[in-house]
Amino acid sequence: MTWNRERAQEIIDAHQNLDGAALPILHALQHEFGYVDREAVPMVAQALNLSRAEVHGVVSFYHDFREAPAGRHVLKLCRAEACQSMGADALAEQARQRLNVDWHETTRDEQVTLEPVFCLGLCACAPAAMLDGQVFGALDEARLSSLIDRARR
Amino acid sequence: MTQSMTRPRIFVPRDAIALALGADDVEREIVAAVRSQGIDIEIVRTGSRGLFWLEPMIEIETATGRIAYGPVKPEDVGPLFAIGWLYGQADRLRLGRPEDIPFLKRQTRFTFARCGVIDRLSLADYRAHGGMRGLERALALGPTAIIDEVTKSGLRGRGGAGFPTGIKWKTTADAQAAQKYIVCNADEGDSGTYADRMLMEGDPFCLIEGMAIAGIAVGATKGFVYIRSEYPHAIQILGRALKMARDEGILGARIAGSTHYFDIEIRVGAGAYVCGEETALLDSLEGKRATVRAKPPLPAHKGAFGRPTVVNNVISLASVPAILADGADAYHDLGYGRSRGTMPIQLAGNVKHRGLFEAAFGLTLGDIIDDIGGGTASGRPVRAVQVGGPLGAYFPRSYFDTPFDYEAFAAKNGLIGHGGVVVFDDTVDMARQARFAMEFCSIESCGKCTPCRIGSTRGVEVIDKIVKGERRAENLTLLQELCETMRFGSLCALGGFVPFPVTSAITHFPEDFGGAPLNATAE
Repeated sequence: MTWNRERAQEIIDAHQNLDGAALPILHALQHEFGYVDREAVPMVAQALNLSRAEVHGVVSFYHDFREAPAGRHVLKLCRAEACQSMGADALAEQARQRLNVDWHETTRDEQVTLEPVFCLGLCACAPAAMLDGQVFGALDEARLSSLIDRARR
Repeated sequence: MTQSMTRPRIFVPRDAIALALGADDVEREIVAAVRSQGIDIEIVRTGSRGLFWLEPMIEIETATGRIAYGPVKPEDVGPLFAIGWLYGQADRLRLGRPEDIPFLKRQTRFTFARCGVIDRLSLADYRAHGGMRGLERALALGPTAIIDEVTKSGLRGRGGAGFPTGIKWKTTADAQAAQKYIVCNADEGDSGTYADRMLMEGDPFCLIEGMAIAGIAVGATKGFVYIRSEYPHAIQILGRALKMARDEGILGARIAGSTHYFDIEIRVGAGAYVCGEETALLDSLEGKRATVRAKPPLPAHKGAFGRPTVVNNVISLASVPAILADGADAYHDLGYGRSRGTMPIQLAGNVKHRGLFEAAFGLTLGDIIDDIGGGTASGRPVRAVQVGGPLGAYFPRSYFDTPFDYEAFAAKNGLIGHGGVVVFDDTVDMARQARFAMEFCSIESCGKCTPCRIGSTRGVEVIDKIVKGERRAENLTLLQELCETMRFGSLCALGGFVPFPVTSAITHFPEDFGGAPLNATAE
């Protein structure tokens, strides 16, 4: 759903009593809105008795947290060594060209965001990828191509 | 032929790799075929046996035991029913009894004994295959004797550092505090490793049992499993297993009918490799930026939320139930030198037989890659092997006589880490691999130490200059000096170990950096 202060406050309230609540709250906010809105930072800070700088520091430290919404689909391609050994670099080049984006960018039609990931634990079926949380292994040019087609539909 | 007396069962793996290779689509076809043909059959969802080049590997329970077929594609399902796979009939995909497949037959399945065999979310199945015996014996022994048993077993931390688990537990047990914690490090970020993921997806109760035993041993009432966000399937399965364990009284106020309290909560990481380092993980658990802490204080004295904490890897904790159930000697009798017990070796990347091979320490690297792994998947010659993840050294063929053991690898400026083995064929460019090691470090550095934070970026730049041939000799010296600075000037293994892949690439493959190749006989 789109950003909504009241809903965000409900999420914060539901998690704030956990030990070390910052990450669970940020994950829950991102799950709900697709990203962590700037407006959420002072709200989380208030709830956890932290400074805004501290919360901003946490949000910006972790690769997972977005500060702006992603495209409708998120394609994560593994760039780590096991996938490299099976040709992941060439597949990454193929994906960047076909989508006409670089890492962390979203296509102009806002359909697909391309992200690098350093290991999905699928190293015994490299090269691997994740599309919207679904996993794919043993990718080659043709399989990646159909994955990209699926994301663009 | 006769059909088995009970309702026949068909075992479908739902491990993430099996899913990535289409296990869900295969299962859909099986369900459709069963419905349309009116067959009375039970579909059991398991983890994986770890023979990933054969996934999706489907097993049928026949009158003569389980028979495996694989790799099964969705379009194979109809024909397999037609030839009579429910009775174990012959087919080009028939692999026979899984235990007789050489890759599995040669293993010593200790920690992974149940993985891929049982219904991963059935406590009855877990118990029927030896589960909960360790916890029962632990409750009978009491804290001191549990720690003695773990110490005697020789178990060392399987996360990579290889620190004796029993000593870690004793230190935490001896610390005085109102609250102590067990933290399971499931931030398995090393490329080439997937043992933690496989265990959590295939035998989640084993980890829960191990953590409960650890809690009793050190007097901790709360456990956290910190799982990386890249493992959504493991998070889901372990979450369901935890709920079942609570409902059955294995976790909670009186665990397994005793007077002990213990419960476990899952925490999800957020894409930071450095959280695999235990102190960074603890900061992340506390809701902070994951920066590495200086030691001392040790986590055993001052860990999560400032309380005494055991931080153990998934495999370390999952090895504990069997150690308690079968006794320390059974475990200690396996192994090599100071590396006791078994290690789940994870064969990954460009290797023919990709999968998990649990065996006692001491196999040589050559045995593992040429014999067990069957060489490369591409069929080209093996050129380099990286053991131990992105901070592990690249070894050439001339090092294939190195025994798989903590000390033997350290003696050759390498590490076994968490047991990942990534194979590269002769198309690999080692300068590119060295550059990637530095680039990865620059992306994942927590930023606390200057040598790691800045050195990794400078490292990328210097390697680029060497490859372009800019003042090659001077820049190679500069890179070596930079590696020394990072090695000795970084607090944790990220900045401290990234010189391993870089310097090993330069030492063993100088021709990729514009130098003369090593004389094969001289090396």
